[in-house]
Amino acid sequence: MMGRGLAGSGFRRQVASYSFLIPWLIGFFALTVGPIATSIYLSFTDYGLMAPPQWIGMENYIRIASDDPRFWTAMNVTFTFVLLSVPLKLAFALAVAVALNKGLRGLAVFRAIFYLPSLLGGTVAIAFMWRQIFSRDGLLNRGLEYLFGYDGPGWVSSPSTALYTLVLLAIWQFGSSMIIFLAGLRQIPQDMYEAASIDGASRARQFFKITLPLLTPVIFFNAVIQTIDAFKAFTSAFVISGGDGGPIDSTLFYTLYLFQEAFVNLHIGYASALAWILVIIIAFFTALSFLSARYWVHYDD
Amino acid sequence: MINLALKDVVKRFGAIEVINGVNLEINKGEFVVFVGPSGCGKSTLLRMIAGLEPISGGELVIDDAVVNNVPPSERGIAMVFQSYALYPHMSVYKNMAFGLETAGLPRKDIKVRVEKAADILQIGHLLDRKPKALSGGQRQRVAIGRAIVREPNIFLFDEPLSNLDAELRVQTRVEIAKLHKEIGATMIYVTHDQVEAMTLADRIVVLRSGNIEQCGRPLDLYNKPANRFIAGFIGSPKMNFLDVTFSERRPQGSAFALAAAEIVLKTSEDIRSGTKAVLGVRPEHITTGREADVKLGTLTVSHVEQLGGQTLAYGRLGDDQNLTIVLEGQRAIAANDTLDVGIAHEHCHLFGEDGNRLND
Repeated sequence: MMGRGLAGSGFRRQVASYSFLIPWLIGFFALTVGPIATSIYLSFTDYGLMAPPQWIGMENYIRIASDDPRFWTAMNVTFTFVLLSVPLKLAFALAVAVALNKGLRGLAVFRAIFYLPSLLGGTVAIAFMWRQIFSRDGLLNRGLEYLFGYDGPGWVSSPSTALYTLVLLAIWQFGSSMIIFLAGLRQIPQDMYEAASIDGASRARQFFKITLPLLTPVIFFNAVIQTIDAFKAFTSAFVISGGDGGPIDSTLFYTLYLFQEAFVNLHIGYASALAWILVIIIAFFTALSFLSARYWVHYDD
Repeated sequence: MINLALKDVVKRFGAIEVINGVNLEINKGEFVVFVGPSGCGKSTLLRMIAGLEPISGGELVIDDAVVNNVPPSERGIAMVFQSYALYPHMSVYKNMAFGLETAGLPRKDIKVRVEKAADILQIGHLLDRKPKALSGGQRQRVAIGRAIVREPNIFLFDEPLSNLDAELRVQTRVEIAKLHKEIGATMIYVTHDQVEAMTLADRIVVLRSGNIEQCGRPLDLYNKPANRFIAGFIGSPKMNFLDVTFSERRPQGSAFALAAAEIVLKTSEDIRSGTKAVLGVRPEHITTGREADVKLGTLTVSHVEQLGGQTLAYGRLGDDQNLTIVLEGQRAIAANDTLDVGIAHEHCHLFGEDGNRLND
């Protein structure tokens, strides 16, 4: 009797708790698990929205690997972007954090100002603004002409420079990395530097031998987050290129190519395969980071 | 030979002066302990000597050179921090070698020096470990080792034992004393613990509110404290302070009234009748029975602590003034017992209303 009574109330309690979870569960299954499973399935099909998906096995993946020059262009653009924007952004964020950590007056104000681009940077409006600044008769060229009499090219419309304006836009959003670096710098005990100054270490030596090694957990965290973000970058390229990754595919980010295949060319099956390749690439680099971490990241505990 | 001298050294944080013109000379090979309550400026003074804290006024002289603006690494000092401040990402060897590597010493010489220091401190087997893999006591040794390898002229210790447990503290205290004998360098040691000060120091400097209150050999401070503050600070359990009133001048000295008793002591100055004063008597100097030089009256015991080797009794005199006494051995005393207590003349300390010592 007793046991059954307890079991009964236990069951009722479980029902109650799961019923509270229902809204979240619906969201999780309908918006996350469902699409993930569907996209795996679709990646093995030929599907163009109009007709039902046709199972074609590995064909999409084989075509990506062997017969798709635009895939390699997109890979090239994306890797260039990741390899340039992530290290530069981290270096810039660290430099600003170190400068702010010097006990500057009005730190809170500067911190807020420098963080602002991170809040705004990902938006369509900022991307539009960026396009204006770097266009043929944009703010940058006006300034260059006024100051140096230099008649600049259309930075976003020239294939040789368009990608670099996007790298610059990414670096400009250094705020969140900087805030995390700043918190990390605050964690380093002051007496570490005092001991180092008694040991005769110069400012530079203190930075490279004390600050950097003790900051490696934070550097690692930022690097992983920023790398994943950079692989997934989409909005800025979409807006600045006008949605086609131009000029001549110079800003054809992987995600942009995926988007075009899916929603412009309506190759949903093929785009799903592309998406899974991106997942594998990101997973590979994240795993690589974690494996390498044991050789360069210092954890105190 | 004078190794280090402070001349009218002042430290100000903004408008607040925390060190008010300190003068002190420290001889080569001397072990000097700065002691005082928290906030007395002892650590600040040490950090000024180290060069971690700029000097606001006066001169700091090391080996005849004014070093006010010389960077820490060029002052010939080494410091052991309260937190040890070991570099957590470096091995014990690297921790000890860091300063020497910075100075550009050849690898071979660094190895010799580190191994020699490790030998002295018996940490040779720990050289490959990171600080996190060490116990508190071992970290402490590494911190001292890092100081030794610099072969400094002057060692600075900032409360180095305060993070250790009681047993290890005693053990390390003895080792630091041995180390001082072995290497013979000047050592300046900051602590708030008077036992450490008494046991380690050649000379104790007692600081209060940024001033040197008294400076002297440990037993001199114990036997002849210059004022009531020192008297209360040095010695454990704390000295008893009893309010007394001057009654009259006698051939043997000045007579003071204490409850029912009368105390006659030689004083250095003339005292006016009715002057209030404070009689300081150390708990361990108080005797029981009626034969004492100075009779303090009858103590009504309120609480007894048996330490085995000693018996501590807390109680009140006839006029309700508190008195603590320490008796050797195990005494059969209980609460509410009454004891006749007294003390020898030479163990009486008399302080005026300004706190300064009145008797010789």
